[in-house]
Amino acid sequence: MITKRIIACLDVHGGRVVKGVQFVDLVDAGDPATQAARHAREGADEIVLLDITATHEGRATLLDTVRRTARELFVPFCVGGGIRTADDAAQVFEAGADKVSVNSAALADPMLIDAIGRNFGAQAVVVAIDARRDPSGDDPVRDAQVFVQGGRKPVGRRVVEWAREAEARGAGEILLTSMDSDGTRAGFDCELTAAVSEAVGIPVIASGGAGTVSHFTDVFARGKADAALAASIFHFGISSARLLKVELAREGVSVRLPC
Amino acid sequence: MRVTVIDYKAGNLTSVLKALRHIGAEVEVTDADLAPIASAERIVLPGVGHFAATQYLDSTGLTTAIRAAIGRGIPFLGICVGMQWLYAGSTEALDQPGLGHFSEQCARFSESHEKVPHVGWNSLEVKVNSRLLAGVDAGEFVYFTHSYKAPVSADTAAVTQYIEPFASAVERENVMGVQFHPEKSGETGLKILRNFLSWEGQGAV
Repeated sequence: MITKRIIACLDVHGGRVVKGVQFVDLVDAGDPATQAARHAREGADEIVLLDITATHEGRATLLDTVRRTARELFVPFCVGGGIRTADDAAQVFEAGADKVSVNSAALADPMLIDAIGRNFGAQAVVVAIDARRDPSGDDPVRDAQVFVQGGRKPVGRRVVEWAREAEARGAGEILLTSMDSDGTRAGFDCELTAAVSEAVGIPVIASGGAGTVSHFTDVFARGKADAALAASIFHFGISSARLLKVELAREGVSVRLPC
Repeated sequence: MRVTVIDYKAGNLTSVLKALRHIGAEVEVTDADLAPIASAERIVLPGVGHFAATQYLDSTGLTTAIRAAIGRGIPFLGICVGMQWLYAGSTEALDQPGLGHFSEQCARFSESHEKVPHVGWNSLEVKVNSRLLAGVDAGEFVYFTHSYKAPVSADTAAVTQYIEPFASAVERENVMGVQFHPEKSGETGLKILRNFLSWEGQGAV
């Protein structure tokens, strides 16, 4: 039986893992390669490395980080942040990533999705969407809006429509972050996740708001998520993906165990 | 242990090369050059992406060279699209034949309420006599990402259930294939690659 994936996310800044709330008050949390290996050893089904600086000057550092992280990693490895062109993606793949995640660059130039998919296959393209409910909409969930710049700037597109377009252009997965829930540790936005998951035929990874085991149970059941991203929960709450999955299995969620 | 990995320009080889080196293989990569195939001890055909990309194997003469190597008894492992290519063909690219070593045809998952592609960790129901999957216990998981799959047949070495039962591994004498990605399947995947490396096929050096 296919299992629900628990994906460990590492936010990286200048070649170091950082933790913080909403990208402020960043605290050094170690070396990306070491942290990724630890998460894989402790049962994570996949690793996402997100370069939150993503500056042009930082590219060489990022590629070096990806190379070092990929070296001893034998689970799927996705890299996001600062991938603006198919060439950028090619370099990240060459350094050892299995998938790239694209966000604002794909909004600016949707053909980027087609280009990466054509060269590396749909399975290698994750389209990340930062979303907020639209309180002024007829249906705040179905009218949820796509945001960029850390959730500060709306781009004037509905989340559900953009997810559908990404699928049509050849995205293999959608990484959906609720900017309303992100950093709150009060639970995923299950309604929004379900709306997107039902609108597309490709897997949806839920992100933003994880704080307890029941938040994961909820997003897999009510939110119809295929996978869930966990970042701060491993810093503040449950100490490993394995422990989280043991608890999820107890609640009847199909997960990869033993792992 | 020397392994020849074929680069047919369909996606990214880095992960496969890294996993093979990690378990101690001496890895050689070849694309259009046929000489390494003629002297190969073991061959791996990886592949992510579209079945149509296997056209490269025909146009470069690799198909003929691989067929000869298989005839010599060289252990051969196809991964993902590399496994599908061992069959007669795929509905993903009807005008592009496969090797035809296995007579069935690959097809897309049937329409259902489940997501396609099939992405994630799923389990294997292993046939007891599989050498490639020796030591893989019931309930061990491997990582899949694909929309097309091979049907279950007499040569199926493992069955996986998603929408319908499909062949997640195939094996007949020296020719083996896996639909999942052993290079991305943790310790279970490395164990399967080690089985491939240590298998003493007829004619293997």
